[in-house]
Amino acid sequence: MKKFEFSVKKDTRSGFGDGLLEVGKKNEKIVGLCADLTGSLKMNAFQKQFPNRFFQCGIAEANMMGVAAGMATVGLIPYTGTFANFATGRVYDQIRQSIAYSQKNVKICASHAGLTLGEDGATHQILEDIGLMKMLPHMTVVVPADYNQTKQATIAIADIQGPVYLRFGRPSWPVFLPENDSSFQIGKAQILQEGKDVTIFACGHLVWNALKAAEILYEQNIAVEVINIHTIKPLDKEAILKSVSKTRCVVTAEEHQKNGGLGDTIAQLLAEQLPTPIEFIAVNDSFGQSGTPAELLKVYHLDIPDIIDAVKKVLTRK
Amino acid sequence: MNTTFKKIDKAQMVYQIRRDIVRMVHQVQSGHPGGSLGCVEFFVNLFFDILNHDPQNFTMEAIGQDMFFLSNGHITPVYYSTLARCGYFPIDELKTFRKIHSRLQGHPATLEGLPGVRVATGSLGQGLSVAVGAAQAKKLLHDPNIVYVLTGDGELNEGQIWEAFMYAAHHQVDNLFITIDYNQQQIDGPTSEIMNMFDLKAKLFAFGLEVIECKLGNNIQSVYDAIVMGKSLLRKGKPVVLLLHTVMGHGVSFMAGTHHWHGVAPNDDQLQVALIENPETYGDY
Repeated sequence: MKKFEFSVKKDTRSGFGDGLLEVGKKNEKIVGLCADLTGSLKMNAFQKQFPNRFFQCGIAEANMMGVAAGMATVGLIPYTGTFANFATGRVYDQIRQSIAYSQKNVKICASHAGLTLGEDGATHQILEDIGLMKMLPHMTVVVPADYNQTKQATIAIADIQGPVYLRFGRPSWPVFLPENDSSFQIGKAQILQEGKDVTIFACGHLVWNALKAAEILYEQNIAVEVINIHTIKPLDKEAILKSVSKTRCVVTAEEHQKNGGLGDTIAQLLAEQLPTPIEFIAVNDSFGQSGTPAELLKVYHLDIPDIIDAVKKVLTRK
Repeated sequence: MNTTFKKIDKAQMVYQIRRDIVRMVHQVQSGHPGGSLGCVEFFVNLFFDILNHDPQNFTMEAIGQDMFFLSNGHITPVYYSTLARCGYFPIDELKTFRKIHSRLQGHPATLEGLPGVRVATGSLGQGLSVAVGAAQAKKLLHDPNIVYVLTGDGELNEGQIWEAFMYAAHHQVDNLFITIDYNQQQIDGPTSEIMNMFDLKAKLFAFGLEVIECKLGNNIQSVYDAIVMGKSLLRKGKPVVLLLHTVMGHGVSFMAGTHHWHGVAPNDDQLQVALIENPETYGDY
């Protein structure tokens, strides 16, 4: 049993900010655009280092997406930054027409996603963004699990030709994955824990919760395989089918609506290719509310005990 | 790069493009002839006499060249006809307009790789932002060329247009030449009835833009003079807007001056009238 520990907690949005600065140093085609949330998105360092490659867009996200598409047309690589709600639902048609259908090389970087945004409440806690983005043809959807992975993903997406949605969050969260992780590759699932009884597929902040649930279950003689699906699109079907062929039951875990998210994606694949019992750890057709991230994960049943219960339930359905 | 087009007779080309427009929409009994007809003089001037471009060697990035974006994407008939007539793709391809497996989609798209088109438009209000971004990118890359964009006046209903105006003025995107097709008609009726713009010119000034006006947007020389004048105002800290007064449906007597032909195709008899009014000059597709 591999033990996952952390010595520090950091917000994934800082991983984005640090990654953007680093990739900006390597590639002068990279430009940053932000809709009046430079501090929240941690884009200040990039702005300071490259003032002529940073574009303040004001609180006008629709225009920001179009400007990014125009910059990409001329060969730049724009990274847009705003909250996940304003980066997706608010500007869906702009992304659909000017970016996805037009095949523009724009990186849509979205912070404060999910319930763990916390006290701002349901207006800002978007739980539909993965679904919205994965439905768009040509869109790559990446949801990294911790600070290190978000930084690495921010750098890696510069090399993908085409639009990318990069989702991260606000709260301080355990940093448990290595820096410059050689096992990280966009589009490749990461097997973090091997096990034979059940597979948990998780993304974002809930990867940590899944690993902790697996440790507790190990003490109860349940061997859990934990796979980090940091890339929801394109989906690493091969790795998923390989694991499920072995374990024959599945739990998915995400900070998103059950409709349209990671769980939905996995269920579609398995329904088509390997019908398997699945339990979903996700928000079930409701909006969030104000509260601390810890309280919210508990109230909406995305916490470690909820994952443990889901594993036990799905094992009975095997 | 535009020297090869100097030989064409603009007035004759206007007739031919009008013929293309009505024939294209007639053939598939769909499309938008009204706005297309009103903008023919603008397109002929821009593409055959003003733009620094290389139609036979189209590149997406247009490094070292001017760029054009069509924000009011529904006027594809005039756009496609002009692109074909100046050499972006074979004229014969116009007959595939709006048909299955065509590169000439109802609204412009990049997916099928049609030379001349750099972004999908049609959902209104978006192309202006894209043009702003392209112009800013050109400045960042020290490319001295100009980005042109055409919007409809009905399109100004979209909030994103005003976001883009604000942004372009704030960031001093002064290599951007915006033309508004000011025909004062939109699909449901006159703009004054659908969404009153009141003093549009004053609004544009108030947004920090350089504004010029051309009252005769269907007069070839007047349009040319207006674009040349607008060009002379670029590089002075402000984006330039040309308020181009056109007549929707201009050049086809029964279509002119009304919104009724915004998105309606002529029948067989109506087509014949339109074609008699616009003689064949450079050869039908």
